Amino acid sequence: MTTPHVRKGTPPKVYVSVYAVLLALTGLTVAAARFDLGRFNLAIALAIAGTKALAVIVYFMHARSAGRLIWLFAGAGFFWLAILITLSLYDPLTRGWLPPPEW
Amino acid sequence: MTTPAHHFEDLGQQREAAALGMWVFLVTEILFFGGLFAAFAFYRSTHYDAFARAANLLDWRVGAGNTAVLITSSLMMALAVRAARLGRRRDLQLFLAATSLLGALFVAVKFWEYAHKAAEHLVPGFDFAVEGPWAQETRLFLGFYFVMTGVHALHMVIGICVLVTLWEMARRGVFSPERHALVENAGLYWHFVDIVWIFLFPMLYLMGAH
Repeated sequence: MTTPHVRKGTPPKVYVSVYAVLLALTGLTVAAARFDLGRFNLAIALAIAGTKALAVIVYFMHARSAGRLIWLFAGAGFFWLAILITLSLYDPLTRGWLPPPEW
Repeated sequence: MTTPAHHFEDLGQQREAAALGMWVFLVTEILFFGGLFAAFAFYRSTHYDAFARAANLLDWRVGAGNTAVLITSSLMMALAVRAARLGRRRDLQLFLAATSLLGALFVAVKFWEYAHKAAEHLVPGFDFAVEGPWAQETRLFLGFYFVMTGVHALHMVIGICVLVTLWEMARRGVFSPERHALVENAGLYWHFVDIVWIFLFPMLYLMGAH
């Protein structure tokens, strides 16, 4: 549970590598958006943004070296976010699945 | 030698408590922005074509450039936290200054974009002048654009104020390798605001690019 009194800094090389990956993924998301892939455009954009967010959380926000309690709290936040968005989209995404009831 | 406050076992536990408190705040921020993203996702799925069309009113090159500026500022922030951990005061001041200057550049570009939108009568509620069959959906999209990027820009401005304060505290030698929770937590906040933009950029700027 406890961490050492004085932490050693992460080597700057790690931060610069993560930075390069983040810039490359930004270029990739711009490039992918130029092709018409139907609904896959959104899936690709979200996958890239999610990967970038994870890299920022794990390396820049030091989740890698954080205790399990912090993972639990951060995870709870994203879990509730997933519920919020999924339940909000239940209605619009399932419209048209069933014919309207006959009167 | 710095001793922890009396209710903590050791400095490691005290430090983790500080980070945990910041994360609790960030969880409320996740759900704050999450509500906006959920509402946007709802209307985007029900007005698919109109939103793609309206997204082309935004210039993706400006958005991409600003994304690069913000990611660079996050790198500077990570290096600032590293300098604080190692007790390098001069580096800490340098990287805090770089982070806040890049943040200020981002906000300046954002307001330049807003000024252009205002000149083109694209601000809903203020002399809005889009007509035709897509007018209502375009108004809705731009409403989301201004509220979401506006709230994000407000977070940036608050972050810059925090960073300037930290810079002054660093100059006075307040921070040490044992005592710099403010720098750590400001870093968590800054990276979080970066993550929000990482999602805002493709959602708002790129959805109509094809």
